[in-house]
Amino acid sequence: MTLGATRVAGSSVKGERATARSTLTKGSGLALGVSVLWLSILVLIPLGAVVIAARGGGWHGFWSTLTNPQTAAAITLTLGQAALVTVLNVFLGTIIAWVLVRDSFPGKRIVEIVIDVPFALPTIVAGLVLLGLYGPRSPIDVNVANTRSAVFLAFAFVTLPFVVRTVQPVLQELDIDAEQAAYSLGASGRQTLLRVILPALAPAIAAGAALSFARAVSEYGSLVLISGNLALRTEVTSVRILTYIENGQTGQAAVVATLLLVVAFLVIAALDVVQRRVARRG
Amino acid sequence: MRTSKWRWAGVGVVVAMGLTACAQSSTPQDSTTSASVAAPEPVTLNLVAFAVPKAANNAIQALWAKTPEGAGVTWVESYGASGDQSRAVESGLKADYVHFSLEGDVTRLVKAGLVADDWNKGPHAGIVSSSVVVFAVRPGNPKHIDSWDDLIKDGVQIVTPNPGSSGSARWNILAAWGSVIAEGGSEDDAAAYTTALFKNIVALPGSGRDATTAFLAGTGDVLLSYENEAILAKQQGEDLDYVIPDTTLRIDNPGAVLKGANPKAQQWLDFLYTPDAQAEFAKLGFRPVIDGVKVGNVEGANDPANPFPVPKKLLNINDDFGGWSAANPKFFDPDNGIITKIQVATGKSS
Repeated sequence: MTLGATRVAGSSVKGERATARSTLTKGSGLALGVSVLWLSILVLIPLGAVVIAARGGGWHGFWSTLTNPQTAAAITLTLGQAALVTVLNVFLGTIIAWVLVRDSFPGKRIVEIVIDVPFALPTIVAGLVLLGLYGPRSPIDVNVANTRSAVFLAFAFVTLPFVVRTVQPVLQELDIDAEQAAYSLGASGRQTLLRVILPALAPAIAAGAALSFARAVSEYGSLVLISGNLALRTEVTSVRILTYIENGQTGQAAVVATLLLVVAFLVIAALDVVQRRVARRG
Repeated sequence: MRTSKWRWAGVGVVVAMGLTACAQSSTPQDSTTSASVAAPEPVTLNLVAFAVPKAANNAIQALWAKTPEGAGVTWVESYGASGDQSRAVESGLKADYVHFSLEGDVTRLVKAGLVADDWNKGPHAGIVSSSVVVFAVRPGNPKHIDSWDDLIKDGVQIVTPNPGSSGSARWNILAAWGSVIAEGGSEDDAAAYTTALFKNIVALPGSGRDATTAFLAGTGDVLLSYENEAILAKQQGEDLDYVIPDTTLRIDNPGAVLKGANPKAQQWLDFLYTPDAQAEFAKLGFRPVIDGVKVGNVEGANDPANPFPVPKKLLNINDDFGGWSAANPKFFDPDNGIITKIQVATGKSS
């Protein structure tokens, strides 16, 4: 979230590196204190506890948990589908945001509202709806229940709003003058897109992508009805974690959770790097 | 300037740690009681249970309130998934009485020192409600699924809750295993049968209720379920039938009073073993755990007048599997359990 907020706000400041030079007044120092306190209570300390719990079995325990065939398959499936869905969201989310900002069409307001439905719907309800629409009794005769496509579908459903909602405000603020200037200076549509529009949108797209990846990796509720939780086939990591917990093996559960944390961290960091590159190219 | 920034940040971390320390020492659950019903002796009991028997518990509470022992008792109740509820109590959720879907969830509290060792040594072995494993099928049983052998025929699609993540799902899988042993089969035969069974499983939803939901939404031909779950679904007007196989496993739901609970909690537990209380469980499809209960018509049962026919062979966890403490590691260990390995093997082959 912080990534989204800061980058979106500062998106016009191209290529400026966030230096640690302190410019804090007393007031902003207090704000920083409150931020760190809040972040500690909600994020740092709980996550720290997870990592510490994961260390219980040592490296051997860590490795043997992750190489358990069922767990390894679940991790591969979850990360793979989350990555695919994120790529999909980067394209579709940006297009949807574009349409919503730049075009006007009847029913636009309704689409605006519908986009946010996945945020509001309890995920178990989402699962039920998806099962009804794309399950064995599908009215449109599309049955993906209990297949990997179901995992992809559920991920896509719950992560749809992220890129749309991060890109939309930036696009709204984007000066059309810059585009027109580019055109009048003889730039092609492609050049304008790659050199003017995309660099401005990159931070927002990256923020949305990071959110959608992280959200997909942790998804559980919408899957329990439609993915089937079949070992080595459609079982995701959150189900594996639950299995470990049900068996009283919280250490193993923490190991899997830690791996997901590390991957999510790396992906978010990587997206940040990419985003800076693209933004600087403009 | 630099120091001030770090000082504030440091203060933040220290305060945060202080707060977590406080949180650990206080009880996480604020018992928000609906205070004082005018009564002889206002007592509040905390009930923590799995979700299915809520309606029965509430009806029994109303009955109990009419007795001298139960008069004036107010309840603070919490219902949820059995394992989650048990873990919540283990980590501090206040409880006087717990009712879970399987023994392991009470055993967890025994290990945590919250329930006495001898909780299951009484005449009813700590079991307050009971059911059996059944096959829920599509209305009219179009695929003629009547026996365990029918389940492993080609093209039969099975739904059953995930035995990994749902403790109570394990009743179903053990019933399948036990049906082979009961016919004189060896453990190898049982493993072969269970492997064939898993090949026909198309979905392993997270819990018993999720499995029912997935089945009712059209997944599969047969749902391995509990008799009370099937009866309840029919009471709610859902479109399904159920079949009690000739050999099946008795499901035992334990109840226990916690150490240091209000003495009323024990009186409540005693009251649960009265015919009136058991009749309330029966109305919801649970089999009574004592004799002499007048079970009236049970709506939703195959034959409401004779709702709980005795199966030809009824297995139970203690005599046929050596109890949950033996069955859990043997069958469901996440690395080496027999069922875990079968799941992995069938996952690979398809």
